[in-house]
Amino acid sequence: MADIARADMARPRRHFSQGFGNLALQAALLVIVVGLAIAAAHNAGQNLARANIARGFGFWNNTAGFDISQTLIAYSSSTSTFGRAFWVGLLNTLLVASIGCVIATILGFIIGIARLSRNWLVSRLAGGYVELIRNIPLLLQILFLYNVVLKSLPEMRGSVALPFGSILNNRGLFLPRPIFAPDFDAVVIALAIGLVVAIGLYLWARWYQQRTGEQIRILWMMLTAIFGLPLLVFIVAGRPLSFGIPDMGRFNVRGGLEILPEFAALLLALSVYTAAFIAEVVRAGVLAVSAGQTEAAQALGLRSGTTLRLVVVPQAMRVIVPPLASQYLNLIKNSSLAVAIGYPDLFQVFAGTVLNITGQAVEVIAITMAVYLSISLVTSLLMNLYGRTTAIVER
Amino acid sequence: MLKGLIMKRLATAFAIATVLAFGMQAAGAQTLKAIKDRGQLVCGANGSLAGFGIPDPQGNWTGFDVDFCRAIAAAIFNDPTKVKFVPLTAANRFTALQSGEIDVLARNTTWTMSRDTSLGIDFAAVNYYDGQGFMVRKVLKVSSALELNDASVCVQQGTTTELNLADYFRSNHMSLKTVTFATVDEALKAYDSGRCDAYTTDSSGLYGSRELLADPGANIVLPEIISKEPLSPAVRQGDDAWEDVVRWTHHAMLDAEELGVNKNNVDDQKNSTNPEIRRLLGLEGQFGEAMGLTNDWAYRIIKAVGNYGEVFERNVGQGSPLKIARGLNALWTKGGLQYGLPVR
Repeated sequence: MADIARADMARPRRHFSQGFGNLALQAALLVIVVGLAIAAAHNAGQNLARANIARGFGFWNNTAGFDISQTLIAYSSSTSTFGRAFWVGLLNTLLVASIGCVIATILGFIIGIARLSRNWLVSRLAGGYVELIRNIPLLLQILFLYNVVLKSLPEMRGSVALPFGSILNNRGLFLPRPIFAPDFDAVVIALAIGLVVAIGLYLWARWYQQRTGEQIRILWMMLTAIFGLPLLVFIVAGRPLSFGIPDMGRFNVRGGLEILPEFAALLLALSVYTAAFIAEVVRAGVLAVSAGQTEAAQALGLRSGTTLRLVVVPQAMRVIVPPLASQYLNLIKNSSLAVAIGYPDLFQVFAGTVLNITGQAVEVIAITMAVYLSISLVTSLLMNLYGRTTAIVER
Repeated sequence: MLKGLIMKRLATAFAIATVLAFGMQAAGAQTLKAIKDRGQLVCGANGSLAGFGIPDPQGNWTGFDVDFCRAIAAAIFNDPTKVKFVPLTAANRFTALQSGEIDVLARNTTWTMSRDTSLGIDFAAVNYYDGQGFMVRKVLKVSSALELNDASVCVQQGTTTELNLADYFRSNHMSLKTVTFATVDEALKAYDSGRCDAYTTDSSGLYGSRELLADPGANIVLPEIISKEPLSPAVRQGDDAWEDVVRWTHHAMLDAEELGVNKNNVDDQKNSTNPEIRRLLGLEGQFGEAMGLTNDWAYRIIKAVGNYGEVFERNVGQGSPLKIARGLNALWTKGGLQYGLPVR
């Protein structure tokens, strides 16, 4: 009986017809498709040449000549090339996309679970948030938040002084810029060692709990490892860290670590918008876990918070992860709307300014599309790998 | 809105790619014939620059470049209203021209070497000699651009403006913070809200943009002109006959002003005995037909829009809110650079 049942449940094997005719047909189709692609590229090149439009990728090494308002790597308008400008734009896009994904996930999980709360006010507020934000176009939200951010911040002359010498005005938030002495490398290594020790402690405690059922409180030990060791090394190395305090110039604030209002507005808009969608994904995932799980957990005496954390959400992750990956991809692609408010992301710097100056639309747009495609493919690959860890394994 | 613009830019680029990949290049020398068959000139214009190309509240297009396109339409069809204006941003103006979406680009575009040689377009004639300048708020008490060290400047992306700005600050050993926007409207709005200290664009555009601010009187235009910006209509390369039509439209308007022929007296001037006027108005010679137009092509232009001086004064000069002086755009006989080539 068990053998028959197992045979029924066995996955059907895929059937590829491997006859010669089929193989020949597939080979011919492949040749045709590749041939069309090569012919298209060759034809495009010839037509560009005939129209006297510059072609090729030689522009990559030409001097850029324009300025960019936020550069995470060294960039100068007089010596940097278009290629350098590309990397600056790419890093800006990755910065806003990665931080946006993190904030959107945290916010989305909170709102999604809040919508399922038994508290009437909390669940209605969360529902209202989701319905409102989902239904307004993102571009409008970005422009609105940018104008709100700009209008609510004071002008240069009325700058607000914050603790530690920070300055806030409508040109940005200027924080003290950390200046690292060479000895700081030791602190970074100590931090890495501390992280490894902490993770080791966590895994050992989990193994010990599975062996003996006994829970060991290791939170303080982990914190000591992560922060204590680097702090010790920091003091021993003579405090190799100083801060450059921002100060007010005639027109602008000099020095300091600058956070542009464009960056803040874009990050806020992207996070809030994507969080509304992630909230619905999370809600769907939690609802997909059968009610029997919650009832069984409560029968065992677990409180609702513990039930949610240890029983419901781990099972809901199986349903949450694939749509969550889509939402991350949406956020990454939506970051290209930065051009509306002047944030120098990849699209604005490369497919905007560089395309205009060089006039080579075909090459520039092709590169931009390839870059966005790569970022998206890597993200979805990582999410799929993570999804495999949460998938239910048939035994 | 802007997403539509981005989509449109992407769509245009994709369209070029597809056409280039699979389509035959449209034969270059047929633009004039295509326009005549279509019955309408398609002109790329600015859409948001007061004085040069902007629709008025009733939806009629007005401006210096707009009148130039109307002059060409009058020369071809004897009707200055047979023009369709396509508003373009600095980002997609060249792609629109390269792909054949428009016949001529009259959008305050600077004639530079890189644009002339590597975009597959040609510039017909400089119809406005301009230069780049700065606008600041009076309350900053700045009287010269050299005092703008460390200032924030709002600028439109992808224009010669951005490059000149970086060059100027670098050669004067000043540091700069740029804030670039996709369109003029957003750059102006950010400048008005105090996001940046100065706004920079071509000097003619500064006067027009100042009128759009919340309090025009609180802003001044600084005296420095930091670059040469010869603005010229552009056409595709490979169609010399069409380029001739565009070029000689401009020179006809200049010649008319030099000879004293204007919109009001052009009918009387048909009785003139001055051989230059007679050649210009087509009473002698076959110059119009040599270009593929009628011999009274210049008469049509002047009757429809007037001579260069009239077009200038009406749109950007004393007859307009901008009140820009002729300056470099005066005739060569009056100390300016506008020099009409002889029709003979």
